[in-house]
Amino acid sequence: MKGGWFKVYAIGYLLFLYAPIILLPMFAFNDATVIAFPLSGFSTRWFSAMLEEPTLRIAVKNSLFIAVTSSVLATTLGIFAARASTRYRFPMKTGLMGLIMLPLVLPEIIVAVSLLVVLLGLGINLSLWTVILGHVLICTPFCIAILSSAFQSLDQSLEEAAYDLGESAASTFRLIILPLVMPGIISSLLISFTISLDEFIIAFFLAGTEPTLPVYIFSQFRFPAAVPVIMALGTVLVCLSILLLTIAEYFRRRGIAKSGGKDTGGFL
Amino acid sequence: MIAFQDVHKYYGEYHALRGITATIRAGEFFSLLGPSGCGKTTLLRTIAGFEGISSGAVMIDGRNMAGVPANQRPTNMVFQSYAIFPHLSVGENVGFGLRKARLPKAELAAKVAEALDMVGLDGYGDRAAHALSGGQRQRVALARALILKPKVLLLDEPLSALDKKMREQMQVELIRLQRQVGITFILVTHDQEEALVMSDRIAVMFEGEIAQLADPETLYRRPNSRKVANFIGTMNFLPAKILSETGGKIEIEAQGFGQLTLEAEQAPGAASGDGAAVGFRPETLTILFEGQTATDRESMATIEEVVYYGDMTYYDVRLDGTEKPIRISMRNVFGRPVLEIGERTRVTWSSGALVMFR
Amino acid sequence: MSAGQRWRNWRQTEAANGLLMVSPTAIYAILMLAAPLGTILLYSFLTDGYLKIIRDFTMSNYVEAWTNELYRTVMLRSLGVSMTVTFVTVLLAFPIAYFVSFHVEASKKSLWLFLITIPFWTSYLIRVFLWKVILGYNGVVNSSLLGIGIIDQPLDFILYNVNSVVITLAHAYAPFAILPIFVALEKIDRSLLEAGQDLGESKFRTFLRVTLPLAMPGVIASVLIVFIPTIGDYVTPQLVGGPEGRMVANLIQLQYLKLDNYPLGSAIAVSAMAIVTLVSVIFVGLNRRYLKGPK
Repeated sequence: MKGGWFKVYAIGYLLFLYAPIILLPMFAFNDATVIAFPLSGFSTRWFSAMLEEPTLRIAVKNSLFIAVTSSVLATTLGIFAARASTRYRFPMKTGLMGLIMLPLVLPEIIVAVSLLVVLLGLGINLSLWTVILGHVLICTPFCIAILSSAFQSLDQSLEEAAYDLGESAASTFRLIILPLVMPGIISSLLISFTISLDEFIIAFFLAGTEPTLPVYIFSQFRFPAAVPVIMALGTVLVCLSILLLTIAEYFRRRGIAKSGGKDTGGFL
Repeated sequence: MIAFQDVHKYYGEYHALRGITATIRAGEFFSLLGPSGCGKTTLLRTIAGFEGISSGAVMIDGRNMAGVPANQRPTNMVFQSYAIFPHLSVGENVGFGLRKARLPKAELAAKVAEALDMVGLDGYGDRAAHALSGGQRQRVALARALILKPKVLLLDEPLSALDKKMREQMQVELIRLQRQVGITFILVTHDQEEALVMSDRIAVMFEGEIAQLADPETLYRRPNSRKVANFIGTMNFLPAKILSETGGKIEIEAQGFGQLTLEAEQAPGAASGDGAAVGFRPETLTILFEGQTATDRESMATIEEVVYYGDMTYYDVRLDGTEKPIRISMRNVFGRPVLEIGERTRVTWSSGALVMFR
Repeated sequence: MSAGQRWRNWRQTEAANGLLMVSPTAIYAILMLAAPLGTILLYSFLTDGYLKIIRDFTMSNYVEAWTNELYRTVMLRSLGVSMTVTFVTVLLAFPIAYFVSFHVEASKKSLWLFLITIPFWTSYLIRVFLWKVILGYNGVVNSSLLGIGIIDQPLDFILYNVNSVVITLAHAYAPFAILPIFVALEKIDRSLLEAGQDLGESKFRTFLRVTLPLAMPGVIASVLIVFIPTIGDYVTPQLVGGPEGRMVANLIQLQYLKLDNYPLGSAIAVSAMAIVTLVSVIFVGLNRRYLKGPK
């Protein structure tokens, strides 16, 4: 098998992967209400229409709030769990860590319905905060995966050296551990943010009456007239994701350079 | 000034330290020497406070260190990996321990500069810590520890990561540094040459116990067991029997040497299971060439193997009346012939160089 | 030693510190995950009453879930779809993982990975919707094929059925499938492969006898990573599945949000999870037996 055929396959595969996404800007700037070929002229009216939609504005605001809060909470919980798992041995460790990481293999709908049942049973009203509860649950395992790797590459003798030189546990954490795992923390925040922003099912089940972005998009799908605006929105979201990812990658490389490690290729 | 009083340590079922009792003097360069797994690093870490002990006491300057956490002990440590903080500069690393003292900037800078100067790194203050070589990192680690003027400096295999030339250089550096600063240095190493070169006294450890604690010369000339004898340098053994012991003198019968009278101090150890033997270092026997006369006693031997080393030649010879060959080391003198396998030669020796292992 | 002293001693141990450190996250998981999961397990054994749940223990929900032809069809269809998607996705993913690992130079590898995973970071909803656009009656595929002249009537079997669900899910989960295989391939010591060839084996045989077995842990991970979430996917069947393409998640949502029948919904959910666990365990077990490789 020569590299030649593989490359052809790879290019073909990439085309398959990007096919739907390439359509986004194509139809976002298309001067027509129907999503079909051939293309009409170039137009930015869908972007202006998008900016004027009031429900969209609220949905975006809500989703951003949920995403930021979820990512901060999930990263915090992730720091505790990752530190515990990489540094300490303790009873029931496998069981507890297994439970915490379980959302990775559970379909989201199971998480959504089980939380719904419990929250309603307890008489708690559905709101943005109930969505945050669900999002933190599914984001934390990702944070732990990223942060565990960051903590593990931390030389334990660095902490001991800080102790030996007179620092306390808290100041050691602040001066030595935190700066060195910061790239992991940033990656963790960005990944949780992205997951939360795009997550649909849990938001659908647990948001109550407040609009969130994915739910808003979902509700627009049955109006053919609204579709081009969704295309415009999608284009913006794609560019935003790529931007965030590039920033995450930049910080990751900078973090490695600052502490003189080696680049093992991608925080993935 | 550091005392171990019957220190035991268990890791679960594993008995890592078995009743360590020893005293380390102030201002000493002291080494803990032994093979991997003997407990030397564990013992060092109990001084630093990174390991607790199961029973007994660790005393520093008469004060029991039980319950005193590592960050409050009057000790500082140079770690095997040096543990230089990669995100700080060299100057920030060295000055790290003085953070709590909240010195004015100028004073801190002066102290850092002084410490760097002491280890031969003046001017390196602004360099990034992660861009240094191994030897430079070690110096930074030393400066960082010594700037705090600890009573004891602990060094955990500091030279094992360096190449041979760097190691020899640093050995001299460390001795010089210790004399200059005047505090107690405690070094952990598995390299017996290193320990012999640098230490005032050495504790040889096997399997959690101190086998022998003495200055290098005593360890070399009068090891108290075959294990210690074999660990430090090389030693020849020939079967021997103790005939009688009276008042400071010991009568022995040794293969190849015949019947001899030894001083009591030449049989320092207790009985081991290995069988009685007499031991002697390769350089304590001398091959006599044409025309040379014996300095003391003389025996005949047959050359079985010749190993040429440049400045030395090692001869494996079999003394008359023995079954196995023993090794003699001879400095090569310009113009002197190298003997051949099969040749018969005269060998001279003194009974004072022998060590009796019971 | 007093009880107080013993407590203080234990507090300082590694075990205590570890438990303390993990407790915020663990408590959260217990409250938000373990307890709710237990609750729906419980509900699956209760009876549905009008507007509330009657606390009568019964197996009738499970009986209903498995005997009702519609429900059974949907569950088996979900299983079938998921297995098809897994098979197709992993099969297509292997060559590209192999390509990036073996035929791309080291410095460009993270770039390729970056390119492969970008689509994953865009909105899933929108991607599914775009497939609807592509496969629709007036969609991209049909209008292009019509325009070129290959067909003269739009194809109608490519949307609103199982086919579209499979295509969409295969697209969505492709990056998930590629990464574990890539990681496993990267770990293979290249000198092993060279040794094989040095001993006279052809490249293909080296692949079969050395590369493939060593990559198996990655393939297994890949299979599980695709299989488990796809069986419970909601969005894709809802948007592009049509009435023939409904899967388990749509059924569950129906029972919970529309029909308010929590016990039945729970029974279906638990059944679905049981199927997933069973299949996964069988799969991993079979692999262990036949490959006797590392986990």
